Amino acid sequence: MAISDVLSHRAFAQAPRRGAATRLLEDERWLAAVLLLPTVILLGLFIAYPFVEGVWLSVTDATVGVPGHFVGLANFTALLHDSIFLVAVRNTFVYTAVATVLKLALGLWLALLLNRHFRGKAFTRAFVLLPFIIPTVLSTFAWKWMFDPTFSVINWTLFQLGIIHGRINWLGDPSLALISVIIVNVWRGVPFYAISLLAGLQTINPELQEAAAIDGARPWQRFWHVTWPLLLPVTMVVVLFSVIQTFADFQLVYVLTGGGPANATQLFATYAYQIGVGTGLLSQGAAVSLAMFPFLLIIVVVQLLYIRRVEVH
Amino acid sequence: MARVILRNLNKFYDDVHAVKSVNLEIRDKEFVVLVGPSGCGKTTTLRMLAGLESISSGQVLIGDTVVNDLAPMDRDIAMVFQNYALYPHMSVYDNMAFGLKMRKVDRNDIRKRVQEAADILGIQDYLARKPRQLSGGQRQRVALGRAIVRHPQVFLFDEPLSNLDAKLRVQMRVELKKLHNRLNTTAVYVTHDQVEAMTLGDRVVVMRGGVVQQVGEPLELYNAPVNRFVAGFIGSPAMNFAPARLRDGAGKLHADASGFGLQLPADIAARLRPYTGREVIVGVRPEDLQVANGSYPPGLCFDAMVEVVERLGAEVLLDLQVGQHTMVASVEPGVAARRGDKLRFALKPERLHFFDASSEAAI
Amino acid sequence: MIEGAKWRRWVYFYIPLGVFVLWLLFPFYWMLVTSVRPDRELYRPWTAPNYAPFWTAHPTLVHITDLLTQTLFIRWMANTLFIAILATLISLFCGLLAGYALSRLKFPGGGALGTGIFITYLVPQTLLFIPLANIIRNFSLGDTPWALILTYPTFLIPFCTWLLMGYFKAIPRELEECARIDGATRWKAMLYIIFPIAVPGILSAGIFAFTLSWNEFIYALVFLSSAEQKTVSVGVTSELVRGDVFYWGQLMAGALLGSVPVAFIYSFFVEHYVAGLTGSVKG
Repeated sequence: MAISDVLSHRAFAQAPRRGAATRLLEDERWLAAVLLLPTVILLGLFIAYPFVEGVWLSVTDATVGVPGHFVGLANFTALLHDSIFLVAVRNTFVYTAVATVLKLALGLWLALLLNRHFRGKAFTRAFVLLPFIIPTVLSTFAWKWMFDPTFSVINWTLFQLGIIHGRINWLGDPSLALISVIIVNVWRGVPFYAISLLAGLQTINPELQEAAAIDGARPWQRFWHVTWPLLLPVTMVVVLFSVIQTFADFQLVYVLTGGGPANATQLFATYAYQIGVGTGLLSQGAAVSLAMFPFLLIIVVVQLLYIRRVEVH
Repeated sequence: MARVILRNLNKFYDDVHAVKSVNLEIRDKEFVVLVGPSGCGKTTTLRMLAGLESISSGQVLIGDTVVNDLAPMDRDIAMVFQNYALYPHMSVYDNMAFGLKMRKVDRNDIRKRVQEAADILGIQDYLARKPRQLSGGQRQRVALGRAIVRHPQVFLFDEPLSNLDAKLRVQMRVELKKLHNRLNTTAVYVTHDQVEAMTLGDRVVVMRGGVVQQVGEPLELYNAPVNRFVAGFIGSPAMNFAPARLRDGAGKLHADASGFGLQLPADIAARLRPYTGREVIVGVRPEDLQVANGSYPPGLCFDAMVEVVERLGAEVLLDLQVGQHTMVASVEPGVAARRGDKLRFALKPERLHFFDASSEAAI
Repeated sequence: MIEGAKWRRWVYFYIPLGVFVLWLLFPFYWMLVTSVRPDRELYRPWTAPNYAPFWTAHPTLVHITDLLTQTLFIRWMANTLFIAILATLISLFCGLLAGYALSRLKFPGGGALGTGIFITYLVPQTLLFIPLANIIRNFSLGDTPWALILTYPTFLIPFCTWLLMGYFKAIPRELEECARIDGATRWKAMLYIIFPIAVPGILSAGIFAFTLSWNEFIYALVFLSSAEQKTVSVGVTSELVRGDVFYWGQLMAGALLGSVPVAFIYSFFVEHYVAGLTGSVKG
């Protein structure tokens, strides 16, 4: 039938000639170079270059509009004697540590709750994520308003419940301010933990749970010996991201307290902003934010090593 | 003309020498099957032929052109993959038309050719469907269709049937053979399944460890394997092997193995004479072991105990204990053997295979 | 699965979940109530006997109309939308190409480049905002939307690349090989076969990138100065607070309306968003 007919008009007996560009892009290495070019340009221009520029700024005495001269490590040694900076370092560590532990604990709890079957599960899951997707600055304003000493709905509720008897100055009291800021950070971060860990939980085969139950493991033992070890790799990555973001946090504090009262909530980033942008001391501001770098590096390296170890096992 | 020549073809992955000096000439319109266990280099060879894998050294010729430096798109070949590789976001029609569109074939021509291929394969009714709406066998046909609309110079098949269930596999095997007869195009087919190789190939290339062991027509491989590997790989159930020592006894050559001894006829003895006093390996196919009916000369019989009886309907497989060896015999369904029976088996001398104990080459 | 007595279900499940949901969602309810509450109710101390926190007897739209007519709020929304869309498109474009190259092509330095992009993924914005502000000024991009459109990709591209690499790796290599044998160049195989199959991933990356750009704060705060250039977050923060005076009704109305676009997109693509979120932390 027609097969031989069609076979007879062979269209491609000869390899067609290709243009130079086509031939170049058939070479994996050239194609990769072309594909990566836009990314390398953008990241080079706005990550690598600023990083170099930041290092340079931090060893000069530049201010806004004044190029500045090389001053060596003067900016960094000055920081070591800057009591506000030292407070900011301490605050940042407390803020990061406490918030991370709380976010992990509550996030895991919420993930376990959401992993069960109940009516309206998809709905609940979608709504629970709202604090994470709504612009942080905007939702933080709601908290600032809820923390307002005179008009606080939180105070009213606690008073009505008989838990407190006087007014609480959530953000104005230096001993409370950091706690309040942590509460908001935890509020914003728990959904991220919960949804990520929930995704991790859903990859765990329920048969493992059932097998453990048949083996006589109690719920707590099932969690500790089956669920938790399997969830650990995901957990570590989530914690890694969260720790970096928390350590470098800016917006929550900027809106809630501006670093006050009396620097009680001053963090690396807010202090860098205050000096570098607020007072225009570019070089010192750059030094403050660069001072974050070694800490971040250590955190990242330690966690990546740990993640690798966990994944090997 | 679309013959394919592989000339001294080598492939290195870092330190691993995956394909070793493969030389092969595939004639125009021939159906050649590369067969071997996994990791034998058959797929790598095919992928070098397709241009998907760079060639470390040597040459590949399609027609009369050296295609080493041609991109896959310029080699005028078509390939069917094990997992079908159907584009999931395209309809069956678009899947089949893709290659033609890429080559800027006229729209009407595309429609004609897709329609024609669909008719041949019986998938006319599915042209509008997406691949995920098809069964495994239908997907397989679409993958074939996509290859044949192209009218390529060479068809390449990379284990195309191994994702199908056993029954469908047999059916598709027959269809593939018919299709090839009809299209009359050179085809190179890779499989690890020796039955597929034997039934489909005009010639079969057996590979192991990157080296071509033997090239030949199916029956040639079956009847005259060049070494122990080919002998064991081709045929199912696999050939039985037993080490034996050759001994000269009163002018006759004897092969003594654990559990049986053979007195070899003169023509074979002449061939094996140089091995006298040394160890060789005797190979005998299960289908060449028959229950002896008494008239056999004693020098070509031995006794064995039946350990397992597998009744397959058309044949019966007997797992035998012979001395220290286990052997498999494929006998007539009428044989009333039971576990524990002691039976006498007869060997046809001309059906025996002998291999050098160290080089494993056929003697 | 594993059932218990009814009271146990309440104690271990419904009550904790209820508390979580209440805690996580109450601030949004509070935004809503505040934004429709008249000032005379709004500024009534919580110690006052007639303090009615959870509802309002006289809802009003005055804060919202004031926000829309007397401030640059609409302008800020438009700015943010423009910036977020362009930044997302640039990042998707770069992320698609880079993700493809890193997951599919073998080339020298590929591993190092992948690691490099992963590391930039971990660089927080607050580390570089001061020198970056300098650079933006040098490029004469200060106080223009381009200051953000070009810098947002620095944290979006690594994310998109990372996420899309995961999607690309899940696509069988044979599809592409088959396309190349069928007559497609590598470029066309990528364009016609790989990218269309990765559409769910592209959608996830795009939605996630959009919300990240919409929510970004510190770059917008530092790089933009004039009121009419600002984004929603910065505009609401800086322009609705005059000195020490907070216009809480307007602020909450602004916070609410400023959240609408992301909430809207989110509600349509919850699954894609969640896939993006969980994909972003997959190791």
